[in-house]
Order: sequence, then structure tokens, then C-alpha cells
Amino acid sequence: MDSTLMEDLYYCMLLGRHFEYAAKENYFQGNISGFLHLDIGQEALSVGTMKAFEGDVFTTYREHVMALSRGMSANAVMAELFGKVDGVSKGRGGSMHMFSPQLGFYGGDAIVGGHIPNAVGCAYARKYQDKKTGCLVVFGDGATNCGGFFESINIATSQKLPLVFLCENNKYAIGTKIESVSAFSKQAKKVEAYMPTVEVDGMDVLAVYKAIKEAGEYIKEGKGPIFIEAMTCRFEGHSISDANKYRSSKEMQKCKELDPLIKLKPFLDKVFLEKIEEQVIQEIMQAVNFAKASPEPSLTDLHKYSFTNEGLKHAL
Amino acid sequence: MLYREAINLAMDETMSEDTNIILLGEDIADVGGTFRVTEGLLKKYGKTRVIDTPIAELSIVGNAIGMAIGGLRPVVELMTANFSLLAFDQIVNHMAKLPFMSAGKIRLPLVLRMPQGVSKQLGAQHSENYENMLSSIPGLFVFAVSSPNYAYHALKKAIKMDDPVIFIEHELLYNKKEEIDRSSDLDPFKARIIKEGTDITIISYLKMLDDTASVLEEIEKELNCSCELIDLCSLNPVDFKSLEISIKKTGRLIMIEEGHRMGSYGAQIISWAVEELFYFLDAAPLRLCGENVPIAYNRKLELASIPTPKSIKKDIINWGTNNGL
Repeated sequence: MDSTLMEDLYYCMLLGRHFEYAAKENYFQGNISGFLHLDIGQEALSVGTMKAFEGDVFTTYREHVMALSRGMSANAVMAELFGKVDGVSKGRGGSMHMFSPQLGFYGGDAIVGGHIPNAVGCAYARKYQDKKTGCLVVFGDGATNCGGFFESINIATSQKLPLVFLCENNKYAIGTKIESVSAFSKQAKKVEAYMPTVEVDGMDVLAVYKAIKEAGEYIKEGKGPIFIEAMTCRFEGHSISDANKYRSSKEMQKCKELDPLIKLKPFLDKVFLEKIEEQVIQEIMQAVNFAKASPEPSLTDLHKYSFTNEGLKHAL
Repeated sequence: MLYREAINLAMDETMSEDTNIILLGEDIADVGGTFRVTEGLLKKYGKTRVIDTPIAELSIVGNAIGMAIGGLRPVVELMTANFSLLAFDQIVNHMAKLPFMSAGKIRLPLVLRMPQGVSKQLGAQHSENYENMLSSIPGLFVFAVSSPNYAYHALKKAIKMDDPVIFIEHELLYNKKEEIDRSSDLDPFKARIIKEGTDITIISYLKMLDDTASVLEEIEKELNCSCELIDLCSLNPVDFKSLEISIKKTGRLIMIEEGHRMGSYGAQIISWAVEELFYFLDAAPLRLCGENVPIAYNRKLELASIPTPKSIKKDIINWGTNNGL
């Protein structure tokens, strides 16, 4: 693989890792509140997917690293975590709701499985508009137990929609072991009758990148959707308030041996590695300072944004 | 023109002007809709624009939201409001909130049509009214469609708006007849005075409006008074200005609706009037609504559960007599 691309993948993963470290630190300092779902350990999946897929993406609440690798600035994402006016969603969304239509990034959804039907609809729009790049939807293993997931695989298949279903299987639905609530430990089983399925090592950024590229090409053929199951492992609890007690230290140790950053390192230039670490740390420090300095949203704007300016005239 | 034809015409005319407008719902294409509202549109616009969906309301609304995100302008038909409950996460957490949570980066030009109400012996699971719940959700406009002319104009405007609209129809109004005034520039957000009067302001919408109108003359004769009947039209936002003018003139307020008494939509209107216009009221307001009971299959029990022309007349006359009329 091209070394510039590998360096970019590593840079995005490292940026994501340090971004999440900074988010955690600022949460405990009281600068960030509410929910905070860290992506530490799963950077390969987030970065590889966002870099490889050309079409529109819909994702979940664990999306800081995806937003960054899609092209949102660390400043704007961090400011959103701080709830400030320069945040991606001007402080209205928070950690779980990053959006950028220009970058084809439609959330950041906080209802497990709730965004999957939206991605199906958008894929319909893309087919209608003859935009072959289609859509991709990311969800966890837990979401494959929702009714909306089953409705979605049926509709996407029956309508032959250009849609990549990407299941991030980290084996836990919040803190519940997937085996205790799901009929299968591999979720692709649920989908096999509908569409082709592919399993990929979600801790290997090069493998993820390749699998998503191929899936992106597949949906362009007009044969319908494809399902990818990426086996991953998160290093932190489900959210910041999850003490992660349901996983043994042995399991955690095994998990951390799969660190995607360490895995990619041998393929990269030593000079680059030394330089990039320093650059990323600077970038994240700058983002935290930016977020701290950004003003609070104006209270006079409380009623803004639900409606267009035209609509707002009627609503108030 | 019939109510259902007016809705059809509004969709037909807007669809012919903009290929981004598409329809989706259960049985709307081949069958032409359970209430025949989409008849003929499949033939005219093809199956990529008039889409039969699976019986899966969560997806119907969820997909429409995604279509709107993707640049289309979907108009959804939910077979009835009773089934909207299956889509409530999409309505509340997505349709109503994505524009806000994205600070306006996402706009949803999306209309959700649904008929509701007590029809004729359809049983408890097919007879509900949900405008109270739907109007309580910030981020949505809610229109209640009581007449063909309003249906035609309000739907055309709703389809052209870039904001999400809930468009509530009533199952027993589809054959209601009225001439359409195509030249009028009707504002769908404005309440409509059906009949002017000086002594009582009666606010209603959907089928209860017609049931009230059918006994209005008898009530006026009996109480020797003049009633002002108002069709609320937009349930959220409410045209409080028009209501205020009427209530200040009459000093008396009656709210009539079909939904259950507990948590009823009209309770909000009464509450507003008491809070804002207390000193203009000559009597405690009257609220006529459905009983707190599921709707029974048996016709007599069914009719005993909701206001009827007969009960409306009796209740208003009793109230008027006790309140100095």
C-alpha cells in the first residue's frame, strides 16, 4: 500500500487516540459533561472506514474519531464536546451529534439502531439521483437485535439499494455480552439470506480500508447492499461512566495487545513517527485551548435551528 | 371536490412541478391508498416516485427522513395515526430533532400525512386521536385538516416548506365536499372563522368541527345567543392572535375535540386562555372531549365514548343555561 496513505491512516488514528485522551481528561476536569463514548482501541475501524468510503455516512454516538478522519477539525469537534458556540453543532448536539453535509457525514445518532432506516432512505435518494457512491451505515453488534435493523436489511435488499451495512462487533451491547442477548456471536448470520457478508479484522486499519474500498465498489454495481462485520475491541468502557467491570483483566490485556496503532507502526518511517507524535500533541492542545476560549452559545438563540428562518417566523 | 380528491390534487400539482417530491406508504401505489387518496398517481409518476412500502412504520418514517437528508422531498402516508406509534422514535428523536441537533445543517422537507379518529366500529386499536402527543413535540408543525379547501392549500404549502410537517386527516372526512378556491393565498398557520358570532367562542378541528356546525343553529336558538365557530387548522403553532380576538369579543370559550379527556389537546388551549385572558372570561371555559376509555367495537359504546352532535348540543345548552345565557 502507498506509504503516503499509510502515514495518513496512522496520523488520523493517532490524532483520534490523543483527541480521546484529551476528552477524557477534560471530562474529569469538568469541562465536558453528559455522555462521552470513547473510541480508544477502535481507531482502525473508524479511520479506515472514513478514509476509504466515498459516499455518505451515517454513524452512532461513538463518532469523534470518525468525524475527525472525515475531515472535521479537531477544534470544532472539541468545542462541541465543551458545548461551545464554535462546536460542529454550535453546542446543540454534544459528543453524540456531529454533522457535516459537505463532508457527507450525517451524525452522530444516539438511539441504538435509530439511524439505520435513515441511511436506507438516503441510499434510496442516491439511487434515485443515480449517484452510485451510495451510503454507509455504522452500528454496533447490539443494534442488530433491534427491529429497525431487520426492517432495513429487508428494504435495502428488496430495493437493491447502494448501501454498506458496517457492523462494529466489539462483543458487548453496552455492558451485556453479545452471546447472552443475541442468537449468534457473529451477526452476519442474521443477514446471510439477504446479501453478501464479509468479515474483517477491525483492529487492522489496512484490512478495514481494503474491505470498505471493495464494498464501496460492490455497491456501485447496482446489485444491492453488502454487510461487513468488523471484529473490534474497545479499550474503555461503553461510556465514560461505565467502570468496565464486566471484562476481566485477562480479557482486557488480550484486547490491548491488538492495538491498531502498534500494529501499523512497523510499516512506517521512523522519522515520520517521531515527527507526527509531536504534531498531533500540539494539534490536540490547540483544540482544547480553542474549545476553552470559544464563547457559550447566546441565550437569545435558544429557539433557533429547529426550523428554517421562514419556518421560525410561524413557530414563534 | 371531495376532501380526498383535494389532497390528491395538491400532491399531483406539486409532483408535476418538482421531481424531488416522492410519495411513500402502505398500499399507496397499486391500490391507490386505503382511503383512495393517491389514486392515479402511480400511473402518472411511476413506481420510483410513488412507492409501496412494507408494513413497517418505523422504516417508512425513518426512510423518509433519510430521503429528505439525501435531497428528496418525501410525502408519507401512514395508513392511520394508530400505526404512527410504531414510528414514534423516528418522529420524535429524528424528524423533530435532527435539524436542531445539527444546528440547522440538516433540513427535513418532509410531510407526514395520517388519518385518525373514531370511524365506524373499527375497534380500540384503530380509533385513536394523537394530535395531543404530536403537538407536544418541539420541532414539528402540526396541521389538522378539516376541509377540502384547507387540505388543498395547506398540503401544497407543507410540501414546499423546508420544515417537517405532520398533516392530520380524519377518516370520516374523505368524502366531505367543498369547492376549492385555487386563487386564494390561504395561510395554513391561520385559524379559520367558520361562522362569526358575539357570545360564545367555540374552537374545534377535524370531524368535531362539522359535528358542532350541524347543531349550531339549534344551540343558538335555544340559548338565544350567537356563537363564533373557529377551525383551529394549525395545532402547533397555534394562531393565538385570532383566538384572543374572538375570546375578548365573546367572553366565553368552549373547546371541542374527539380525543380522550386526560391529557387532551384542548386542555392546552383552555389553560392558555385562563392564564392569558382570565379577566376577559365571563364564565369558566367548557371542554368537550372523549371519555378516558379505549374505543369499543359496539356502536352504542363507541358513540358514548366521544362527543356527538346530540351530546354537543345538550352539553353546550346546559353549560350556557348555567352561565347566564
